[in-house]
Amino acid sequence: MSTFKQHSILPGFNLALGFTLLYLSLIVLIPLSAAFIRTAELTWLEFWTIVTTPRVMASYRLTFGASFAAALVNAVFGLLVAWVLVRYHFPGKKLVDALVDLPFALPTAVAGIALTALYAGNGWIGQFLEPMGFKVAFTPLGIFVALTFIGLPFVVRTVQPVLEDIESELEEAAATLGANRWQTFTRVIFPALFPALMTGFALAFARAIGEYGSVIFIAGNMPMISEITPLLIITKLEQYDYAGATALSVVMLVISFILLLIINLLQWWSRRRSIES
Amino acid sequence: MNTNKWLNITIFTASLMIGSHATAGKTLLNVSYDPTRELYSEFNAAFAEHWQAKNNEKVTIQQSHGGSGKQARSVIDGLEADVVTLALASDINAIAEKAKLLPEDWQKRLALNSTPYTSTIIFLVRKGNPKGIKDWGDLARPGMAVITPNPKTSGGAQWNFLAAWQFGKQRYGEDKAKDFVSNIYKNVPVLDSGARGSTTTFVERGVGDVLISWENEAFLAIKEYGADKFEVVIPSLSILAEPPVAIVDKVVDKKGTRQVAEAYLQYLYSEEGQEIAAKHFYRPTDAKVAEKHASKFPKIELFKIDDAFGGWKNAHKVHFADGGTFDQIYLQ
Repeated sequence: MSTFKQHSILPGFNLALGFTLLYLSLIVLIPLSAAFIRTAELTWLEFWTIVTTPRVMASYRLTFGASFAAALVNAVFGLLVAWVLVRYHFPGKKLVDALVDLPFALPTAVAGIALTALYAGNGWIGQFLEPMGFKVAFTPLGIFVALTFIGLPFVVRTVQPVLEDIESELEEAAATLGANRWQTFTRVIFPALFPALMTGFALAFARAIGEYGSVIFIAGNMPMISEITPLLIITKLEQYDYAGATALSVVMLVISFILLLIINLLQWWSRRRSIES
Repeated sequence: MNTNKWLNITIFTASLMIGSHATAGKTLLNVSYDPTRELYSEFNAAFAEHWQAKNNEKVTIQQSHGGSGKQARSVIDGLEADVVTLALASDINAIAEKAKLLPEDWQKRLALNSTPYTSTIIFLVRKGNPKGIKDWGDLARPGMAVITPNPKTSGGAQWNFLAAWQFGKQRYGEDKAKDFVSNIYKNVPVLDSGARGSTTTFVERGVGDVLISWENEAFLAIKEYGADKFEVVIPSLSILAEPPVAIVDKVVDKKGTRQVAEAYLQYLYSEEGQEIAAKHFYRPTDAKVAEKHASKFPKIELFKIDDAFGGWKNAHKVHFADGGTFDQIYLQ
């Protein structure tokens, strides 16, 4: 322990670390390990059969695919929103700024019902889209719409403070050194923003994977087509199949953890690269 | 699911608080399924009055509603229900088997298989019946859009599925029943997780040509939204749905509410209780009350699940368990 301990000029390291570990265990690790323990009722073969049935596989593809697409769209447009909110001044800016947080505050079920009402064939938006051949409500596209809605604040709120910290002098310096606007953006601003953007993307992605409330209303929930994995978990619970439900959650946990780890590595790598250059 | 759980917890704590503060009165918690809200809000008031007049004691009844399976799970996980009034016998069976809160032969304790009121499955279509839907056979026609919830999560949907299966079996033969039901489910564009969700999809979102629905849900939809928008179609054959009721022994003995809980369920069988059930479009089992309301409930040839499918346990294993016929339909 003594070799591991780093001497810090700040006192209270032991106490603070101890508290951190205790807190993380109570809030995160113990509930999650309960899921793993429940799965232990199953043999490996049973576990493997449950988590690889065609219906479950289809739901993984949908959940992770739609979440990834939604997070990607949010990364692009969330950056745009953050940019506008930081760099421009216009009347009603505070109001727009507050609007961004709404998806955080709204109960997700309300969001789902509202989106379904909008995009259903008789809804405000749906009645124009459906004649053009776009069915949104009750299709995988609807899931994507709901996930985009709930993920937006994560990107905006992580990018915004970093963007505020980038001084405009930096851009002026780039301009005086002969960079055009595109070069200033790609060489100066974007590298500084990239780690924050990745964090926002990761948060939006993680949130979307676990989302249940809003999706369930708009998805249509057709087996093999528009069933998300969280719904299958609930379905198993409804049938008192606790072990099966936890088996699916363990798979989701592991996949999510690996994906978040990869994103963190990417972030670390990009930060290293920007420091080196 | 979260909101429901919180609601349950809130109701539970609320009932605890009321229970500990009110010294004279008793509190019952009735854990029920989705479409019985209106029925029990009226019945509870009537019973409280009846109990007050008879025993000069105040009784407060708390209600909790949700999908039948979800409600059963809450009770298994510790929600202290004095009585359960669920959509399926198999959900109360689960409470008996998994949590041992009541004996496994609970269904024999009250008259008529512990079923004070019954219901059945009928169709709701749009006004004028533009697609000319008359019977189960029409639901399997190509181009029809049928709304029904997911039988994996909804008790009502399991009745729907079994009624369709039985029709297919009688009309086309034992081995064709699966193809018939499969053709119906090919026409289903949305599988909601509960009966109320499906009603909303059909009525509010305007999706689908026909809703397979609880009889009481269908009549309620017409009452709420007007007879100028929807009409009811009665199929030639349907299932006798028996939503059973039971006392949760472990809970009533702990809380000392057995006597009032028993009286509560008995009151469902009384003339007043039966009248209230009929008013909310549940079929009364009392012959006299049934006679009085005969015009309200269309005559249908009804079959029982015990006769056609050998009881719930068997029906569940064959059709709704993992790998059952419902799963097979979607994996073909």
